Amino acid sequence: MAYFPHTETEVRQMLETIGVQSLEELFADVPEKYRKEKIEDFPALNEMELMAEVNEQRFQQNHFKYDHCFTGAGRYDHFIPAVVPQLAGRSEFYTAYTPYQPEISQGTLTAIYEFQSMICELTGMDVANASLYDGATALAEAVSMAVTATGRKEYVIANPLHPNYAQVLKTYLTPRNITAGEKIGQSTAAVIFVLPDYHGLISDWSQVLAEAKAAGALLIVCADPLLLSVIEPPQADIIVGEAQPLGLPMSYGGPALGFLAARQNYLRQMPGRIIGRTTDDRGNRPFVLTMQTREQHIRREKATSNICSNEALCALTATIYMSYMGASGLQTVARLCKANTDYAMQKLGSIPGFSVEPGEHFRDFVLHCPTDAREFRINYLHEDGIEAISLSDKDLLLSVTEKTLRESTENSSIDWIYGCLEREWKN
Amino acid sequence: MSNIPQELKYTKEHEWVRIEGDTAVVGITEHAQSELGDIVFVELPAPGAAVAQHGDFGVVESVKTVSNLYSPLSSTVSAVNDALAATPELVNKDPYGAGWIIKLQGFDPQELTALLSAEQYQKEIGG
Amino acid sequence: MEKLIFEYSRPGRRAHTLPEAPQVNFGVPERRSLRLPEVSEIDVVRHYTRLSRQNYGVDSGFYPLGSCTMKYNPKINEQIAAFEEFAIQNPNTDDWRMVGLLRILYETEKMLCKIFGYAAFTLQPAAGAHGEFTGLLIIRAYHLDRGDTRRVKILVPDAAHGTNPASCTMAGFKQVTIKSMPDGGVDIEDLKKNLDDTVAGFMLTNPNTLGLFEKNIAEISELVHAAGGLLYYDGANANATMGIAKPASMGFDVCHLNLHKTFSTPHGGGGPGSGPVGVTEKLKPYLPVPIVEYDVYVNHYFLEDCLPKSIGKVHSFYGNVGVIIKAWAYMKMQGAAGLKKVSEMAVLNANYIKARLQGVYDIPYDRVCKHEFVISVKEFKKQYGVTAADIAKRLMDYGYHPPTVYFPLIVSECLMIEPTETESKQELDAFCEVMLKIAEEIKTDPELVRSAPHSAIVGRLDEVKAVKEPDLNYFLC
Repeated sequence: MAYFPHTETEVRQMLETIGVQSLEELFADVPEKYRKEKIEDFPALNEMELMAEVNEQRFQQNHFKYDHCFTGAGRYDHFIPAVVPQLAGRSEFYTAYTPYQPEISQGTLTAIYEFQSMICELTGMDVANASLYDGATALAEAVSMAVTATGRKEYVIANPLHPNYAQVLKTYLTPRNITAGEKIGQSTAAVIFVLPDYHGLISDWSQVLAEAKAAGALLIVCADPLLLSVIEPPQADIIVGEAQPLGLPMSYGGPALGFLAARQNYLRQMPGRIIGRTTDDRGNRPFVLTMQTREQHIRREKATSNICSNEALCALTATIYMSYMGASGLQTVARLCKANTDYAMQKLGSIPGFSVEPGEHFRDFVLHCPTDAREFRINYLHEDGIEAISLSDKDLLLSVTEKTLRESTENSSIDWIYGCLEREWKN
Repeated sequence: MSNIPQELKYTKEHEWVRIEGDTAVVGITEHAQSELGDIVFVELPAPGAAVAQHGDFGVVESVKTVSNLYSPLSSTVSAVNDALAATPELVNKDPYGAGWIIKLQGFDPQELTALLSAEQYQKEIGG
Repeated sequence: MEKLIFEYSRPGRRAHTLPEAPQVNFGVPERRSLRLPEVSEIDVVRHYTRLSRQNYGVDSGFYPLGSCTMKYNPKINEQIAAFEEFAIQNPNTDDWRMVGLLRILYETEKMLCKIFGYAAFTLQPAAGAHGEFTGLLIIRAYHLDRGDTRRVKILVPDAAHGTNPASCTMAGFKQVTIKSMPDGGVDIEDLKKNLDDTVAGFMLTNPNTLGLFEKNIAEISELVHAAGGLLYYDGANANATMGIAKPASMGFDVCHLNLHKTFSTPHGGGGPGSGPVGVTEKLKPYLPVPIVEYDVYVNHYFLEDCLPKSIGKVHSFYGNVGVIIKAWAYMKMQGAAGLKKVSEMAVLNANYIKARLQGVYDIPYDRVCKHEFVISVKEFKKQYGVTAADIAKRLMDYGYHPPTVYFPLIVSECLMIEPTETESKQELDAFCEVMLKIAEEIKTDPELVRSAPHSAIVGRLDEVKAVKEPDLNYFLC
């Protein structure tokens, strides 16, 4: 038991001020039958005992750690400069609530305005919101916007989308009778294009854009923010994505950071918080939560979304990361990732029996195996301390980042997996 | 004391209607605009849209409130005040004039009798 | 005021120390420009440090923001969640490599089950509203699974949080508003009038948004269940009932909690939160996938994806695991008895402030409150032209974060005060003194209060301009 400052004397004094005899009396309005119920007990640890317990779980985690990780598929192990967690870890940021009172929340408000601006710059869009839970829910919210804007109720997924994202779309949209369609047509509200796709493939979106336009549907691009730092952003209506690669640890999937940016004319349909700049009565140009009539606390059942708390601290973290990196840093990371992907694909694809999915890939790529990929992964790769995902009996999904070590480096992961694949397959 | 022109008819939801020949002009009352505060957005129907008496046809927004607009008559929207898109504050500044919201054509004058007179509306708002 | 990071930018300046990148081909056209700040490391450090000083957190001082449970966020929780063994883990990794982490998730679920009386919890929802949405989808799936397709309505009290009706719409329901009685309780007659075989469920917060315990909960539960509906518990106010009354025993079939309120995880200036959803035995089949399971025979923790009647996935992976770890650490340190004490002390503190302000401020619901209470200053507004917002701003001059204002919507000119259990008597007394002093100021110098805050770094903001001339993007302004 911890964090209770009152002494026993103080509790007595306070009860007296209130005019009751006991703490129980404060709960007299709770029917007795509930109060009499026993709660199944569990013990309290002190801080020292808790740390011992935590260290036991850390040991368990470490015990089964792999030496070479090639797992990506939605969360990526990028380098995080020391500045980022140190600044985002300032408690004036992380112990604050949503910035309802602008006079004492300019820190969060300013940073989120910077975040919105940077997301707009990356995506080439006009307006961005203050964040959503993750990339998958951001995509669902974007489809919902398209449904409102077009009055249609179908979405079409143009290229391979992460299966978890597809499942979230289904969960989110089916209750409102919004369904996945096969072909782009007159009933299509939104066409979803993924960049890069689930397999890491970067493909040209111009055909999909033309088809969406011709059908009067919105083009939603679900894009990786690092890739956007180097390529010309697509001429989409809405761009969403997962910004975990921008300075956030993978955290076993969450907290993550969904972003959503759109053209100006969809501003009123956007979900979530939006920060704007205004003036005050002293000539300052401060920031404030704005366009709030879209939101649940005002428009209630007619709100654009039910979202209230978002991922503000993650947005702040990404903002600090992008400030520190600048354009040159972000683009360097993206190019290093691409170079490592190219190298790994070329090297592993050259092993007799193995081949890679063709095309330009970013971080993730598919390795076709000459044997059952699932068994190969468990029987050989794990033995060699390598972690990767099996997509099917034929394919492995591998992933690299700028951190993945390569040629001429001691402990190079890519050379290690090359050596293993070659050796194991020969045997 | 709120300005409630004698010649207009009113709804309990604070809309007014003025008959100009075969056209009915609709807006919100001075009392309503002052209760709402600075109006920042007016969501208008498309011309040609059908409206029902006491049915909602649009929305007015201030910074932190949203209110539905209710039609005083069953009719068809013949025109909307496009100026409100850029200058919604007209509803605050001149609620019975330049701040009109929609015009209706084709309605049953009989329905007017179900609306409030200036005196009745005055009572309604406790004035 | 601190300027924007973009305004520190100088062409050619950089902070990072990355190696040179080789030439690569992306296969699509590369962009010509990217206008991100070009700054040094110290520019970044000073800018965000200055911004942090323009913020107010629980670590800065007393934060009685009603309905938000701004309790102290223990430092040990932050340290634990940041350990690499937990933070640097890819969610696609095999279960058998995640023994420690999965065990933490499993234990978190089991502790929540004990306190709130449920058969199972999902930890997947990333915030309270996300939990509401998940809970409502479970209710929907339950009725449809029984072949009952008529239940299209969810009842919501007029005093409810705005997320409740908004979540109904997202889950494909039509929401119907139920009136409150003058004492803040549910209007039973209005409830009866609206209960029929088209009602899927009733969403309720208990204690309600006025901080009052719903005394008729047993009758409400009977009525809703007799009509074939389910009862939903909005756990925003769970800080008042832990160890006192289990929502499951009160008849709530589904419940969401806010770990970032009740279980001490920091709110982060608007998230990340975490909104676990608890269900009774009969609703377990509908939980979102995956669920964390434990095989006692081989001592194995694993994620179960095969749940044929599941509502599906609501998050790309398993929710905000980094937040859940902090709540786990908190529960471990409190134990079941500690969590009961949390509720007792939270209720004691709220009633203490209420008693001290009584007589000077109008407290419209004069009975023992739970963890928070509402005062109305409509008399001050009538007599002196001072509003709830003015008092909120004046509190900033005295170094406090203001209470919640203008919520719930059913009380005019209201302030909602929630002190939480982690504040000392001295802190509460100092706050009460200031509140009493402001009441004096309202009578003697109302302009002083009306024109507050006087000490903040910015004055009163032009919120009308913010909406009418939206400036939301530095590059467009």
